[in-house]
Amino acid sequence: MPVPWSPRGLDPPLAPSSVPPASNLVSSVATSPAPLVELRGVTCGYGDRIILKDVNLTVPRGSVVAFMGTSGGGKTTVLRLIGRQLGVRSGQVLFDGTDVAGLDRDGLMAIRRRMGMLFQFGALFTDLSVFDNVAFPLREHTDLTETMVRDLVLMKLNAVGLRGARDLLPSQISGGMSRRVALARAIALDPDLIMYDEPFAGLDPISMGVAARLIRELNDALGVTSIVVSHDVDETFSIADHVVFIANGGIAAQGTPDELRKTDDPLVRQFVDAAPDGPVRFHYPATSVGEDFGLRGGAR
Amino acid sequence: MSGIADMLSAIGRSVCGGLTGIGEATRLMGRLVVLTPAALARFRLVADQIFFLGNYSLAIISVSGLFVGFVLGLQGYYTLQRYGSSEALGLLVALSLVRELGPVVTALLFAGRAGTALTAEIGLMKSGEQLAAMEMMAVDPVRRVLAPRFLGGLIAMPLLAAVFSAVGIIGGWLVGVALIGVDAGAFWSQMQSGVDVFKDVGNGVIKSLVFGLTVTFVALLQGYFCQPTPEGVARATTRTVVMSSLCVLGLDFVLTALMFSI
Repeated sequence: MPVPWSPRGLDPPLAPSSVPPASNLVSSVATSPAPLVELRGVTCGYGDRIILKDVNLTVPRGSVVAFMGTSGGGKTTVLRLIGRQLGVRSGQVLFDGTDVAGLDRDGLMAIRRRMGMLFQFGALFTDLSVFDNVAFPLREHTDLTETMVRDLVLMKLNAVGLRGARDLLPSQISGGMSRRVALARAIALDPDLIMYDEPFAGLDPISMGVAARLIRELNDALGVTSIVVSHDVDETFSIADHVVFIANGGIAAQGTPDELRKTDDPLVRQFVDAAPDGPVRFHYPATSVGEDFGLRGGAR
Repeated sequence: MSGIADMLSAIGRSVCGGLTGIGEATRLMGRLVVLTPAALARFRLVADQIFFLGNYSLAIISVSGLFVGFVLGLQGYYTLQRYGSSEALGLLVALSLVRELGPVVTALLFAGRAGTALTAEIGLMKSGEQLAAMEMMAVDPVRRVLAPRFLGGLIAMPLLAAVFSAVGIIGGWLVGVALIGVDAGAFWSQMQSGVDVFKDVGNGVIKSLVFGLTVTFVALLQGYFCQPTPEGVARATTRTVVMSSLCVLGLDFVLTALMFSI
């Protein structure tokens, strides 16, 4: 059902002062009356495997919050929980004060319209052109005329620097461009929250820098809230206001990028310094080397 | 003891898996039935699917129909001339095609050509996170992707079966009349007087509709619930052909028995 809609992209960008400075974010979490996203005592998993256990976290409005951690640690799972692609076993996932777990199908669809998600490899519709990919949510959810859809799509594509690529197919553009198109599509309906799943994975340094700059600039210009799931320490630290390390089913550490650079937490240190061994072991748990190779003395 | 426990738990898992599969299939069918009328409102999406599923299957359907007609002409003449009734060749060819071979062979070919394409397309959309992206855009993939394909398959299948039967009759005529020399007047007049529009053609159309529904649904089901990996999509594609072929042959017996009893 089409809904009345006004393009936020036409509004002037928010004043820089509306975005809390990074250094104040941790305290602002405590003072802000209503964070945009909040997880309260969330436990979830796949089958018999528990991924997150009793996790509490908040995402303040207008900020860029990064989730970092080891592969399989549950970073992407948090995004899936917020969009209710995955349900919780216990606890609450609040989006703007509404528990997404308690929503019926219509309620869930209404709340998802306020979210934009950038998937790891863009997830563009391969049978549609770049233009039609960005126009897709507008055509599905609004009753705008084709002329207005065209203008809006070109505005969004211009914001990510790909207005000239409108007629190309996803198979004709690079991985970095795909993600920029997906970003244009994610902001097509002017969401309140944009979630980025590994936006830097597999990109060359130029594309990575472009992607990082776009995340920060769009966040500030559109006045949205951004959640970035990434492994890339340098790029993520350069744009995030607050970083949360997720490991072993919970939050291992969190703080501003500067705080985390100086931390003594062994897990964060191993991650930031890219050390091969530490709390995250290089070797997968196994029997001793001596046992496997039949050596005397049980060499390890 | 542990061997028995393992066996029991394996049986339990298999029963639970089977029931889950039946539940998923029933829910998907229910949603498709509810959403299909809404798909008509955006007929351009359905028309694209009729073109994709129907038009691209025309070549294989036509060529197969022609050769089936050739064989029917030869085999039919061989049998009928033993009893001195080779003039009934047209009737035999037409009834065989319209009542049985048209719907069944078309459905089997449709499963191989269009069903596999549907499963692979949906499965690859799933593995490429396109369906998940659609859900996150608050767009229901069942409504936007599956329902138009379901309706497209439902419409394309009887049309293809009609083409198959028509080309098959031409094949039977080419062999029986043009090659062997059966009287053309007898060939056509026996066919005209012996084929009933409702009992023969109508039953064939009903069969092809049921087969179209079955094959398209199995293809969509397998694609939608496949494992989003290359192996998962490959397995789902294979299952589409095997399951829909078996369903078509089983349903053909049931439908034929019902139609005889009426």
